[in-house]
Amino acid sequence: MKENIPVLIILLPLCSALLCLLLTGLHKRLGRALVVLATAGSLVLSVIQLRTVITEGTIHYAVGGYEPPFGIELVIDSLNALIIVMISIIGFLTVLFAENFGDDRPVVKGSANAILALLITGLLGMTSTGDMFNLYVFLEITSLSAYCLIAMGGSKGVVSAYRYMLVGTIAATFYLLGIGILYSATGTLNMGDLSAILNKGGYDDVMLVSMSFLIAAFGIKMALFPFHGWQPSAYTHAEPGTRPLITGVMGKIPALAMFRYFYCIYGTDYIYVKYLLILLGVFSVFGMLYGSLMAMGQSDIRKILAYSSVAQIGYISLGFAIGTPVALAGSFLHMIGHAFMKGGLFFCTGAIRFKYGTVNIDDFGRIYKKMPLTCGLLVVAALSMIGIPPTAGFFSKWYLALGAAGRHEWIYIAVLVISSLLNAVYFFKVIEKVFIQQDKGLDDKWSKGELELPLTIILPVVVCFIAILGIGIFNVKLFDILMLTLEGVGL
Amino acid sequence: MTFITAIEYRPLLAVMVSLIASGLIYVLGEHIRPNAREAITLIASALKIIIVYSMIPYVLEGTEIHLELFSIVKGVSFAFNVDPAGMVFACVASTLWILTSVYSIGYMRGHGEQNQTGYYAAFAMCLSAATGICFAANLITFFIFYEVLTVATYPLVAHYRDKEGTISGRKYLAYTLISGQIFFAAIVIVYAVSGTMEFTPGGFLTEEMLPMPWALIVFFMMVGAGMVKAGVMPLHSWLPAAMVAPTPVSALLHAVAVVKAGAFCTLRVVLYVFGPTLAKSCHGADILAWMAVFTILVSSLIALKKTNLKARLAFSTVGQLSYIVLGICILTPFSTAGALYHIVAHAFMKITLFMAAGAIFVTTHKKDIREMLGLGKRMPVTMACFTLASFGIAGFPFFAGFVSKANIIFGAVAMGKPFFVATLIVSALLALAYLMPVVLIAFKKEVENPDFAARGEASLCMLVPLVITAIISIILGIAPNIGLHLFDFSIMAGNSIFTPLM
Repeated sequence: MKENIPVLIILLPLCSALLCLLLTGLHKRLGRALVVLATAGSLVLSVIQLRTVITEGTIHYAVGGYEPPFGIELVIDSLNALIIVMISIIGFLTVLFAENFGDDRPVVKGSANAILALLITGLLGMTSTGDMFNLYVFLEITSLSAYCLIAMGGSKGVVSAYRYMLVGTIAATFYLLGIGILYSATGTLNMGDLSAILNKGGYDDVMLVSMSFLIAAFGIKMALFPFHGWQPSAYTHAEPGTRPLITGVMGKIPALAMFRYFYCIYGTDYIYVKYLLILLGVFSVFGMLYGSLMAMGQSDIRKILAYSSVAQIGYISLGFAIGTPVALAGSFLHMIGHAFMKGGLFFCTGAIRFKYGTVNIDDFGRIYKKMPLTCGLLVVAALSMIGIPPTAGFFSKWYLALGAAGRHEWIYIAVLVISSLLNAVYFFKVIEKVFIQQDKGLDDKWSKGELELPLTIILPVVVCFIAILGIGIFNVKLFDILMLTLEGVGL
Repeated sequence: MTFITAIEYRPLLAVMVSLIASGLIYVLGEHIRPNAREAITLIASALKIIIVYSMIPYVLEGTEIHLELFSIVKGVSFAFNVDPAGMVFACVASTLWILTSVYSIGYMRGHGEQNQTGYYAAFAMCLSAATGICFAANLITFFIFYEVLTVATYPLVAHYRDKEGTISGRKYLAYTLISGQIFFAAIVIVYAVSGTMEFTPGGFLTEEMLPMPWALIVFFMMVGAGMVKAGVMPLHSWLPAAMVAPTPVSALLHAVAVVKAGAFCTLRVVLYVFGPTLAKSCHGADILAWMAVFTILVSSLIALKKTNLKARLAFSTVGQLSYIVLGICILTPFSTAGALYHIVAHAFMKITLFMAAGAIFVTTHKKDIREMLGLGKRMPVTMACFTLASFGIAGFPFFAGFVSKANIIFGAVAMGKPFFVATLIVSALLALAYLMPVVLIAFKKEVENPDFAARGEASLCMLVPLVITAIISIILGIAPNIGLHLFDFSIMAGNSIFTPLM
């Protein structure tokens, strides 16, 4: 049992997705209960897996017993294991949260749950796999289920999903072309194997061409500036219950895959990767500034957060562009921290929408009196976005800046500072609305019982609140875990 | 139980006691009676005083209380270190918290204010941050508390939630967040070049680590954060704008925590990070000293023109805080001790003035000095305290302000800076010129103002704290060392910085 954990983590949500609709037909709540159980199961297993990886080192798992390089291999190092825990937590919370939203017809509800479970499967699979083509399969599972979930968010959602699908299909095709070129030249699909072959030398042209395809593919999938066009409307109009997972996690896993390709497969010794990192730095810098500037002009909280994600993905790729182990650790710390911040902010938005049916910040006047808990998370997450200590966002920024200082990239430090201040402008605008503006006297759509919200909304809110502060204060623990993998990687 | 009794944990306890109080007030505030809510504040402030005072004998003996909790970032601990300089600020902040709390209760109830729960919670949070700033052992711990202070003060500045409050809040945030982020970048650079962040008396940076234009740039990137909070011109304009907040908040900003945190930040950066040698050789200290001189003179002149009492006091603070900055930048043991002691002296004098202004506002609803003709007849005790504190601000002998100012002047004389001496003397006269008219107008005999015919002081909750602070500012002038040994601490801090260099 124990040695099969890596594959079980992926299989549990996959099986629940396949059975969900069937069980929903039998009883309204049965399908959902199965998805909840399955995601809870993979959450528990992912924590066990993380402990195993820390004590015993990287896990190599040959799926079905077929040894690599011929079979599919799952490779779980400390970095992957940590990201898998993050996906499982946000995934589990989102499944709980999603119950409160959307269409109540059993078929729709059942399929929404099933697709959500598929999305989680895809994300977990992309993180675990050590096989290029298998990565493509999981990338497509992720994307297809995301198209569906975005399309479920009403008529605007359909348009956004269609747009995302067009761009996303191009990205998938690019990825396929990229790995196709690599496969035809080297004859292997296993990442470790590929890395060994490429590093023997003589593949410069192949690497350059494949790299160009891959950066476009991952750039689109992670919504890196200037490939972000599909993202703001998709994040805004996605099915409200599933938004925390889509916005908090979905954009980050392609970034992880990009890191794998450029740092672990190609390696930074390769001269074109060095040029690429400069390009990535330029993208990140402009993304951080552009995203924040666009967010300032919005009054729909979902749009603010969506554009803010363009900026925040810039932080992650900025760490890749700096490329020292410390900066990379900063990137991944930000990946984890930001999942809870952005996820948390969308839990808050969802909670406000659930209670008052509004997403316009002009209507948010003094809701803190009625929703103290939600607004508490809103403030902490916003401060974390700005990078005020002792929240998670400050410490990832610290490592990024320290990495930049180590390589004498002073411009990057300046951009980090400016970006923080731009974040402060629009997040304090939201805080001002919530705490200072006059009450609009909105109708409370949910006023049962003592609590401000149902438990399935309160739990995610509380978990994100604790996580943002916990990751901040105990960031060194995560840093050490990340360093198990990142030590020696990079420049 | 070792956690409670062990001496090392006391700085942590001092920070936690108000942090827990803040959380309790925020969570329970709306569900319990106001009296119970205020009891939390009062109990926490009393505990804080006990904890802070209990460390005095140890620091006086020369034992430094050091506590390393856990790594806050890779390679640096979240650490507290109680040294004489931190002790001075901590004693002031904790002593004044309890007095301001009592005063707040009187003011907020007397004035029927809204949102009192949030107010008391944010106030306690500010005090936690201020204590953390006092005891922080390294730059990153310091920065964490510094930013927490920034954020916790914002709801207080924007307390009234009207247009004016919102704008002042934005202004405050703009100034402090920008300077804070630049401070952050500078900390990263300092850590990258030196590999340490531990505050060391006499500094840890050397010229080899930061060669010349860089040393000056990083110096101002760091000091900038202190300059903003301490209101050194041209970065002062948030401070007069923040006058829209309730008077106890002004007292907190001006006397207890915020501007003093800025001055303390300047002290730590100039003398514990850069050190006198580098601060002098990169010309940072000189430039900052001249900025302080400019601020002292110009703010006093602006204060002369203000007719709103609180605005006049605000510009007085801007000037007085630059005394501290000037004292730090003269770079002698005497002037450093004087600067530290001015944190104490100015705190007690200025809080008296603000409490008096608040008491006048709550009882008579008068803000404008010109409307206060004959006020002395109605509120003799308040105005008497106001008069005493005014003499103190002007630096009369036997008032606390004299001791600090004299030491700064000694330092300036020792360094051969006649212009600084002249500035200090001229500004004392200017202080008389802007504060005495208030006293003279209030005590004018000939005019009978019907508003002030009957005697009527503010409630005891407000009167008692301001009488106490007025008395303390006289006692500290006659016997600067009485009770808490604050003058000894100042001298100890000054010596610890300069002795290694001699």
